[in-house]
Amino acid sequence: MNDHKGLWVFAEQKQGKIKSVTLELLGKGRELADILGVELTAILLGHNIQGLCQELISYGADRVLVADHKSLENYQTDTYTRIISQQVKERKPEIILVGASHIGRDLAPRVARRLDTGLTADCTELGIDEAERLLLQTRPAFGGNIIATIVTPEGRPQMATVRPKIMVSLPKDSTRKGEIVPVPVTEFAEDLRVKILSIVKGDKHGCNLEDAEIIVSGGRGLGKPENFKIIEALAKALGGEVGASRDAVDAGWISHDHQVGQTGKAVRPSLYIACGISGAVQHLAGMKDSETIVAINSNPKAPIFDVADFGIVGDLKVVVPALTQMILEQKENN
Amino acid sequence: MHNIVCIKQVPDTREVRLDPKTGNLIREGVPSIINPEDKNAIEEALRLKDEFGGTVTVITMGPPQAEEALREALAMGADKAVLIGDRAFAGADTGATSYTLGCAINKLGKYDLILCGREAIDGNTAQVGPQLGEILGLPQITYVRKVVIRKNIIEAERALEDGYEVVSTQLPVLLTVVKECNEPRIAAVADIIEAYREKEVIAWSAKDVDGDKARIGLNGSWTRIRKAAAVKPQKGKVQILEGSVGDVTKTLVAEFNKRNLL
Repeated sequence: MNDHKGLWVFAEQKQGKIKSVTLELLGKGRELADILGVELTAILLGHNIQGLCQELISYGADRVLVADHKSLENYQTDTYTRIISQQVKERKPEIILVGASHIGRDLAPRVARRLDTGLTADCTELGIDEAERLLLQTRPAFGGNIIATIVTPEGRPQMATVRPKIMVSLPKDSTRKGEIVPVPVTEFAEDLRVKILSIVKGDKHGCNLEDAEIIVSGGRGLGKPENFKIIEALAKALGGEVGASRDAVDAGWISHDHQVGQTGKAVRPSLYIACGISGAVQHLAGMKDSETIVAINSNPKAPIFDVADFGIVGDLKVVVPALTQMILEQKENN
Repeated sequence: MHNIVCIKQVPDTREVRLDPKTGNLIREGVPSIINPEDKNAIEEALRLKDEFGGTVTVITMGPPQAEEALREALAMGADKAVLIGDRAFAGADTGATSYTLGCAINKLGKYDLILCGREAIDGNTAQVGPQLGEILGLPQITYVRKVVIRKNIIEAERALEDGYEVVSTQLPVLLTVVKECNEPRIAAVADIIEAYREKEVIAWSAKDVDGDKARIGLNGSWTRIRKAAAVKPQKGKVQILEGSVGDVTKTLVAEFNKRNLL
């Protein structure tokens, strides 16, 4: 156990672009590595990605392990699991952090099982128990109603996936220096079990809540699905995305990829406007860290007001269109 | 075709309320249901059975009352149900759970597909599916929203954050399915009665599953819960905007401008 040293971050990239969750993990990883007094390593897999190494260093990595090969161009469970597990066995890090993206949540369980160690999913807080040198992995459970701290006392490495948009990345420092270590890649027949036939970007239901700077969300208070048009109009005027509460999604008013909250997406935009959302704990878990929160609700006792910066007690069907109108007018005048 | 579906009985966390006085969780009276995406997994297995014939086996690891979830699956049309239950399994984390399910599946004989829901609404880890895939040595396709099978080749759509990918592999394979995959059927009353009167739920203990004792239950779990507490919403300092609709929207737009949001 004691021969494991160092903190690793899985560097997720897509088409030569580092995912923002990776930079967030480097920010948090830097802090944790400094507490432990160890190196922060990013492990990067892909094809023609040498240029990304310095970017990872600029955001806090001391060292980048890079596997650059044609067969790694797109994420594939078998190949990525094999290469990462091999590197871990060889180099023995004590902690590995992975973004809780669709890729991270496909990869991390597979790696944890192959290495026979513990894995904690979707953490929203990470810390170090310095006395025991343990990673403190905090996550919501039970539909966001409980918050639990989990440790892996004996398994090594300690592994966690971390929700996007929760940790904060460091400012980019292009003068930072680090070591770039190439990882040899060999092809295995087993890696080709699952073939990718095509990748389709942004299908008709697609919406990118995680990266949105402004989100306007609707809930049960809308009363009927047609009223999402009011929400869409405001979102469009603001140049933002449309979000929704679980109630609205469960009622079939809008597709699941719009859902914000514990079972949906965790978001942290500059502006979050909650319309007709009462603010169940599981919804708050996904949006309470937004910079500015506006709540519009007819019930003055709705819990959403507890996390809001600005509250309007009133009929959203009147308030929201009026707000949309005023924003459009201002934009026209500019 | 033999397809095995792994399901979990969960408290309906959508029904959980907090005690307004203490802020503690009220667990009593929360209904138990089949985890929603596990129901999509059952439906997908049944849909494939409708198309190609064969049998569907549903398994769960859980306490005795999880039998209800299996009965519901039988009523939907599953052919065989196995309840894996033993005190020795208590305290299992996702790793120990997938190990136990893997041992049970190996006892069930040949199969074509293993189907799981993407994640359970009580834990939201999405870890059991892929870990089970690793234990069984199977290829996996997670976040599946569409399945097409031709002979022994599967073609599936895997949901991504910004779209989807179409992937293909040979059976057997492990799938985790998302809600968008299908609309689960609702069992007819007659089928529910039959599931209780005529159909059998097979009970397997730790001995029947025949796994390594060091890898099941709390003993076989690498992770430990150090602390758990109910989430108490924090009271912020909300500024309630008063006045006419014109007044409040004006104030709000002014605040947006101050923050450079427009």
